[in-house]
Amino acid sequence: MKIRRLGIPAIALAAAGALVLSGCASGDTPAEGDKASIITTNGSEPQNPIIPTNTTETGGGKIATSIFAGLVSYTATGETENEVAKSIESDDAQNWTVTLNEGWEFTNGEAVTADSFVDAWTYGAMFSNAQGASYFFDDIAGFNGEADAELTGLKVVDDTTFTVELASPEADWPLRLGYTAFMPLPSAAYDDMEAFGENPIGNGPYMLDGEGAWEHEVGIDLVTNPDYDGVRKPANGGLTIVFYASQDAAYADVQGGNLDVLDAVPDAAFESYESDFPDRFINQPAAIFQGFNMPYYLEHWSGEEGKLRRAAISMSIDRKEITDVIFQGTRTPATDFTSPVIDGYSDSLKGAEVLEYNPEEAKAKWAEAEAIAPYTGTFDLSYNSDGGHAAWVDAVTNSIKNTLGIEAIGKPYPTFAAALEDRESDALTGGTRAGWQGDYPSLYNFLAPLYQTGAGSNYEDYASPEFDALLKEGASASSVEDATAKYQEAQELLLVDLPTIPLWYSNVTGVWSDKVENVVYGWDSVPLYTDITKGE
Amino acid sequence: MPNKNPNAQTHYVAALEETPVETVDRLDESQKARSTWADAWDAMRVRPTFWVSSALILLIVIVALFPSLFAQVSPRDCDLGDSHSGAEDGHPLGFTRQGCDIYARIIFGTQASVTVGLLATILVTFTGIIVGALAGYYGGVLDAIVSRIGDIFFAVPTVLGAIVLMSVLPERTPVTIALVLSLFAWPQIARIMRGAVLSARNSDYVTASVALGVSKFRILLRHVVPNSIAPVIVIATVSLGTFIVAEATLSFLGIGLPPAIMSWGNDIDAAKSSLRTNPQVLLYPAAALSVTVLAFLMLGDVVRDALDPEARARR
Amino acid sequence: MIWYTGKRLLQMIPVFFGATLLIYFMVFSLPGDPIAALYGDRPPAPGVIEQIRAQYNLDKPFIVQYLIYIGNFFQGDLGTTYSGRPVGDVMAQAFPITARLALLALAIEAFFGILVGLVAGLRKGKLFDTSALVVSLLLISVPTFVIGFVLQYVFAVKLGWARTTVSSEAPFSELLLPALVLASVSFAYIVRLTRASVSDNLNADFVRTATAKGLSRRRVVGVHVLRNSLVPVVTFLGVDLGSLMVGAIVTEGIFNINGVGGTIYKAIKLGEGPTVVSFIAVMVVIFVLANLLVDLLYAALDPRIRYAK
Repeated sequence: MKIRRLGIPAIALAAAGALVLSGCASGDTPAEGDKASIITTNGSEPQNPIIPTNTTETGGGKIATSIFAGLVSYTATGETENEVAKSIESDDAQNWTVTLNEGWEFTNGEAVTADSFVDAWTYGAMFSNAQGASYFFDDIAGFNGEADAELTGLKVVDDTTFTVELASPEADWPLRLGYTAFMPLPSAAYDDMEAFGENPIGNGPYMLDGEGAWEHEVGIDLVTNPDYDGVRKPANGGLTIVFYASQDAAYADVQGGNLDVLDAVPDAAFESYESDFPDRFINQPAAIFQGFNMPYYLEHWSGEEGKLRRAAISMSIDRKEITDVIFQGTRTPATDFTSPVIDGYSDSLKGAEVLEYNPEEAKAKWAEAEAIAPYTGTFDLSYNSDGGHAAWVDAVTNSIKNTLGIEAIGKPYPTFAAALEDRESDALTGGTRAGWQGDYPSLYNFLAPLYQTGAGSNYEDYASPEFDALLKEGASASSVEDATAKYQEAQELLLVDLPTIPLWYSNVTGVWSDKVENVVYGWDSVPLYTDITKGE
Repeated sequence: MPNKNPNAQTHYVAALEETPVETVDRLDESQKARSTWADAWDAMRVRPTFWVSSALILLIVIVALFPSLFAQVSPRDCDLGDSHSGAEDGHPLGFTRQGCDIYARIIFGTQASVTVGLLATILVTFTGIIVGALAGYYGGVLDAIVSRIGDIFFAVPTVLGAIVLMSVLPERTPVTIALVLSLFAWPQIARIMRGAVLSARNSDYVTASVALGVSKFRILLRHVVPNSIAPVIVIATVSLGTFIVAEATLSFLGIGLPPAIMSWGNDIDAAKSSLRTNPQVLLYPAAALSVTVLAFLMLGDVVRDALDPEARARR
Repeated sequence: MIWYTGKRLLQMIPVFFGATLLIYFMVFSLPGDPIAALYGDRPPAPGVIEQIRAQYNLDKPFIVQYLIYIGNFFQGDLGTTYSGRPVGDVMAQAFPITARLALLALAIEAFFGILVGLVAGLRKGKLFDTSALVVSLLLISVPTFVIGFVLQYVFAVKLGWARTTVSSEAPFSELLLPALVLASVSFAYIVRLTRASVSDNLNADFVRTATAKGLSRRRVVGVHVLRNSLVPVVTFLGVDLGSLMVGAIVTEGIFNINGVGGTIYKAIKLGEGPTVVSFIAVMVVIFVLANLLVDLLYAALDPRIRYAK
């Protein structure tokens, strides 16, 4: 999820939500009773009503994970912890039995049962419901992406047990179950899903502060769910998410004391956030991989010549200097195709030296390629110019130009839609910005959707039977360790083929006010809101 | 030349029958040599401001045309190792965030910025003057039609027009930016011109000219336009600057010039990320912009004074 | 006068159709598939996009889409955004805030612009005039996003005199800072315009006559010079009202104001035809009314201007 942010991030000054602090209009009034104060944080207007299976971007995702509790949830480091689930077990990695804890309730009093999950997933997978996250169910037996069909792989055994049959074995299947698409829904939701999405009823640590708590384009008021008794018990009185169209405005609000926690420092503050908020900032790697793809349909970029050129380009980029100067250390140079926060990440893959700045080797490889066929014209790197990418694209193209002595220049598209269109229709003239934010903490999620032959986000048409085979072996491996080994082997293939030139991992950078404490950011760049305390 | 308005009832000088039409016309013809425009030139060339601003503009134009005469360093030799370094030998203004020479980038950015500013101003001013003068002077149906067309164009947000046109046009260049900006900005000048013409067309001298039988169009050209143009010149000279800045704002919104083209706007936009720590990177291109605007403001002032017969008489 | 006003109001009809058709076409011509772009780098299952396209009539030819929109428009249905919100609701939320902001900015630029311009015009070439020129140059040369950032940083973050961003109630006190930012460029225009008109009019015959008649300088300046200088200024203000409402994208972003400019900008980015067109339709009405008001003011300001019938 949240891929959207990579496409159209912070800088886009779209319709802005003004600060709302209803219920605590002065901003720092403590809540009554024994409740701790309400935390305020930044967010953005959800793209759709809050229906878990139709929430695929950050704005809605942040709210959905706060008001729903799934089978599992993620810790700060990305490990799964059972939440509603008592156990998720399988002997063959294909047939899974899920047992639920008893006593869970939605905030309308309805019990959370096996049906709550099975019906929600069935709804999400149903073709005619056109849910954005429907592909998350495509490995469950019976899934049909072209017509309405029943998910025959889901079977309710009793109130607290259901079984899942996958189309093929997947050892790390439970890893994804903390993703929003897998949340349960109360039966009341199905009467009118749109209306439900406006005032969603969940089973999570927070709940909406009454009808209309979601003020569109402004913010949403969440209060603690008194009946919640899971692993994410809130240490505060609630959470007010204020919608911002510009991270700069949000940053100013933390500075001005109008906002407690910010999870994305704008690039204009990269040089100053550490001194603006001494001891109250964070800068740590997150599950975001960034690079640029070289399409195979372009002349000079396929076959042996292409391999040489890809390696040459990759080695001509001084990642360290760019992350230090342009990003002020808020990016971490890439050493693989995943992210340091993912289990199985490696900085010592065979062939990873191609990701190191090496001007001599780069020139040599380029010269070798020139001997096969001389390169003419300019090297361009396209990006959507509404996404704040211009600075690093300039730096990367300058680095290539300075090393290889070829003309290299950024090529902006006015909107994300325009850039996507040329990617989908194979109409690029050079490299293209590419990014990926992990939906759930797994190597597979960083590899399969992007590089598998014919995969949805494999726009630049990389096709490698060996890679596909390794991926499959990894997916059906009986243990997570075996799977990791296969995925790493698959990445070593990618380091040779370089369908994408890895650049860096985007860190999560956040700051918070002196009113709050215990601010920890999760693997998914979102603060663990439930742990934050707010004193006077 | 026949009297086109024999039925004019207003007699300002003397009753028509007492003043032979031919005499009046002859006087009028002799005036032609000393038209408002010629008078204006005489008034202008004695003023130092005129020469100072003209020289400045000439210099800017030369920089725009031959930037390599003024900067020996290549604006495209950028090394991140120099990022935000201060002034040093051969680099009088220091370096940008990307490690490019600020001075060279300003010199080489002049062409694109001045093209955007001048071209957009010229297009807007001429369209605005013509449309506004016709609408204000002739009124009626013509006014209704052109004014309402102006309303339609003015209603289109420049951002929308920019995105659409930038996508349709094969390239984003200073010329296309100028076209986009002027396409949605001319109604402003047209409205100002129309308002001024509405005032001027009922002035005594116009009434007099009508009475004297001068053709309507010639009155418009020789009397109404010169006497209504002052506010347009003010707006146009200020607009020149705002157009150049608008290019920066378009860059800010992601629809400005591509990085392949150097411009003050691109540099101002790129400098915004360093605003907190290295404001000088923004100040230099903004200063270049200020000087350009100042030159045109000064020239505009002189031209406006020169066209105003009363101000001229004072000197 | 009534006849003239009525005629002008009737002219709104072709402007409405012309503007909506043009703008709908422009949104339609935006590159790329708006629905596909909603999902970022990761496309949903294949059928999802087609179903949503059909839901928003995006699978139909342009003219059909437009006619459907217009048909619904006259039944009071302005369509929905891609997030399913009725456009009417979005408008009811954005317009009041923007109207307050724009009117405040207009008042600021008119009051201070005319005042500074008047004094500068009266003291042409003196220190005040030069200072006004320098300030104007500064405001012209520095883009709004810089002015906004600096004012926000100085007055809200450092000095704490104002709130950093505007809350959802958007009281005038919080809108003051953004209004200042928004008014800055237009202020420069008005200063220059007023200054020019005033200095011209100071030499006009009627002023000399008035002075010769023995009227006090205060009265000459206040009544004759200023009044006659206001025609271009008022015209500018009339045109500017619309720009202040639609063009406040940057200012709204800096101060997190949920207004018209930002909403239109976002809708353009998303390719939401109905949202863009509905907002612009209202803006067209505002443009036409503002311009009409200006035309009527002309007659009051300059007795020479009269309208036929």
